[in-house]
Amino acid sequence: MGGLARYLTLVPSSVMIGTFFAVPFALILLTSVSTPDDALDYVYAFDLQHFERFATWFYIERALFSAGLCALIAVLSLLIAFPFTYMLTGFGPRAQNTWLIYILAQLSLSEVLIAFSWQILLSRTSGLANILVWLGLAEKSFSMAPSAGAVLAALVYLAVPFSVLLLFPALSRLDKSLIEAARTLGASPLRTFFTVVIPVTRSAIISSGVTIFVLTLGAIIVPQVLGRRQHWTLSVLITDQAIFNFNMSFASALAMVLLVLSASVIFAVTKLTGGNKP
Amino acid sequence: MKVLRWLYLSIFALYLIGPILVIAAVSLNEKRFMAFPPRGVSLRWYSEIFVASDWFAALTNSLLIALCSATLAVAIALPIAYGAWRHGLRYAKALLAMGVAPFILPPVIMALAFLILFTSVGNLYGNLITVIIAHAIFLLALPLVTISLGLESIDRALIEASQTMGANERTVFRTIILPIAAPFAFAGFAFCFVLSLNEYIIALMTVGATVETLPIKIFNALRYGYTPVIASIAVLFVTVNILIFALIARFSNLRRILGAME
Repeated sequence: MGGLARYLTLVPSSVMIGTFFAVPFALILLTSVSTPDDALDYVYAFDLQHFERFATWFYIERALFSAGLCALIAVLSLLIAFPFTYMLTGFGPRAQNTWLIYILAQLSLSEVLIAFSWQILLSRTSGLANILVWLGLAEKSFSMAPSAGAVLAALVYLAVPFSVLLLFPALSRLDKSLIEAARTLGASPLRTFFTVVIPVTRSAIISSGVTIFVLTLGAIIVPQVLGRRQHWTLSVLITDQAIFNFNMSFASALAMVLLVLSASVIFAVTKLTGGNKP
Repeated sequence: MKVLRWLYLSIFALYLIGPILVIAAVSLNEKRFMAFPPRGVSLRWYSEIFVASDWFAALTNSLLIALCSATLAVAIALPIAYGAWRHGLRYAKALLAMGVAPFILPPVIMALAFLILFTSVGNLYGNLITVIIAHAIFLLALPLVTISLGLESIDRALIEASQTMGANERTVFRTIILPIAAPFAFAGFAFCFVLSLNEYIIALMTVGATVETLPIKIFNALRYGYTPVIASIAVLFVTVNILIFALIARFSNLRRILGAME
């Protein structure tokens, strides 16, 4: 195959990526700085009014809330997932595959269904509260949603399978002779875990945390179904502006803010950790 | 120590599977309300998926979209991954990096970008083809990564040896590259299929006004009151997901795809 022919085979893929990724991405950028128009909704210009609208306390508070919530979720889900993933890599291939299949199945489950299952779990009639009554810890059953705790619990549940899969490569490639060496030298399993396993996989832990952060920033259904309006994140507000208020310009401006927020967290953390890739 | 390990693992398993089990139990309710433990056992909410025309239409829409977009994504990814690996083309590597980007961004950003594109250009908005293309681009990263992994697992000495013995490019592709890479391409296809089936926001912003996919229909149903059909669909989804990932594990190397070294 000649040099030109090699490039010709790439033409259809290039056209698809160009038309349906590069162009819409440029459009969203242009729309975020567009100006309102009576006849056409909006026309392209260089108008920063939508960013000015974002720069009010209401939206800044939303952005801070989203960032704080997602950071907390990243930490919690890593805490839950790390010991499990470490144990998983010690299992035989068959057991590993079985666990991985289930974890992938849950990870792919639509956010709509995760929100639905937590709605049942936190409901008055058929939820966890009934167990509290049965244990004698509560007088009578009550509804635990909508609340901030409900949003947090469901999002952590959503993030745990992702955390397992993000930590899996680093932990399964971990040099097992390091652990054996520590054990031979008399370190207890727990001590080995904290002084060998965690420090060695530090950069993988951090990059997984960042990915979970960005991923949960994208959640839109859980905050709507299990939270009140004051628990809505930036992603929910973007959907709300685009679908229910038909305000594409402001939705685009919010999307740009979300993009910058995600990108700067990724950038800052990779800089801080010395740019180590997992 | 052994006991602690066992205890931790069981709590973890219960945490993961518990909510799904509760849904499964709710889906067995005889009457039209959510009760756990279920009152009366019946499978009527499962038959409802196929009997109620609106739920069945949503199911077929979702399946059609998932099939087409997964096929399209693999078709876009194959030449890129092949060009980057076989010929080391810098342009193909750049396309590869670009093709992975939509999957890393929060999905609502891509969803909004597609909404703006399809409402401002031509009159495609609401047409089924838009969500097929949108899903293929959004999920392109998956076949790109799996196919690249598959190609990288091919020993280049094998190709050189066959060429020395007179095999031409076509024969090399057909007898060495294809058999090794095909399971990984299948894995990429299956990943796309599952994720497209479960995807909500991009489908909503492209065809939400005209076509109901299952996740969209479930969300709408959630807002206007419960029906145990949602629970039975959740169980159906979990089952389909498990089956497809089991297929990947059977025909491809799941642990390798997920990043474990061989």
